[in-house]
Amino acid sequence: MASVHSKPSVNGANPLVALKILVAGGFGVGKTTLVGSVSEIRPLHTEEALTGASQPVDNLNGVEAKTTTTVAMDFGRITIRDGLCLYLFGTPGQDRFWFMWDELTQGALGAVVLADTRRLADCFPAVDYFEHRNIPFVVGVNCFEGSKKYQIDHVSDALDLDKDTPVVLFDAREKDSGKQVLIKLVEHVSQRYPRPAELSSAQPGGALPKRPLRQ
Amino acid sequence: MSDSTPQWYDDEAGPLVRLYAMTAGRARSVGETSLDLMATIEASPMVPDAPMLSPEKLTLLRICQRLPQTVTDIASEAGLPLGVVRVLLGDLLGAGYITISHPIQPTQLPDSHILKEVLDGLRAL
Repeated sequence: MASVHSKPSVNGANPLVALKILVAGGFGVGKTTLVGSVSEIRPLHTEEALTGASQPVDNLNGVEAKTTTTVAMDFGRITIRDGLCLYLFGTPGQDRFWFMWDELTQGALGAVVLADTRRLADCFPAVDYFEHRNIPFVVGVNCFEGSKKYQIDHVSDALDLDKDTPVVLFDAREKDSGKQVLIKLVEHVSQRYPRPAELSSAQPGGALPKRPLRQ
Repeated sequence: MSDSTPQWYDDEAGPLVRLYAMTAGRARSVGETSLDLMATIEASPMVPDAPMLSPEKLTLLRICQRLPQTVTDIASEAGLPLGVVRVLLGDLLGAGYITISHPIQPTQLPDSHILKEVLDGLRAL
């Protein structure tokens, strides 16, 4: 998401542009690891209504009257320059947190869907989610030690991705490797949203007259 | 714990001051729709003395007085849940202590060089 001040800040700072990127995928696929390897992780607390789904997980002994609990979500910030920041949000992996996705995806620049080839099906819901909402995404295959290596084409076929959706093999623990996934995403997004200058130069004077067919 | 006095509350019991007490029982801010995570908050240039503000509101105000901040950063730095921060920021907005810049969609990025800058920045990380 971009947050843009058109006017200079009253404090004399540069206008602030904040872009949001989501990191999605199944539970334990390396979302937090990726956010942590490329940025400094910070906690963000949010409330969740306690429901039946969370009862086996959240022990309420002694605090039975609690109806909400706080959930810590990880986010990381990469400062590109003063006034231009990239925010990475790891989307909660468990099913009970689906309700938070809609808010997180609102206005997001794009998403990274993390996949583990040993349990590829875990990333299907995330792929479906971003495809249906037309949010640009790349698939990052986190190459866990001991997992069989697959060709990019095979992963792309198995996920039935559009042919222009990039697939990257990477290691979420490595900063340089994680960077490549983000770079691939921003390149993908750039192609998706052509620069205004390119749009206008493509059609400098509106549609050209069409040559009439000869009789 | 070395202290012999047992601590009568802990993290699991939740915060000592209940969240609903900080927001005067409100779960949503007055008026406006929920503040976006990426909305940026800036302290108004002429902030009047604020002796009547709650400690939590003062904390939020202090955070955005240094530099304009996103709602996400403010909530994280204050260590308060997002919902609470939204309610309190709504109050501060209503009282004229802060101004809010709403985020725009990526499709409306005004500056075509921003994505290029992001790419260069990522490569240089």
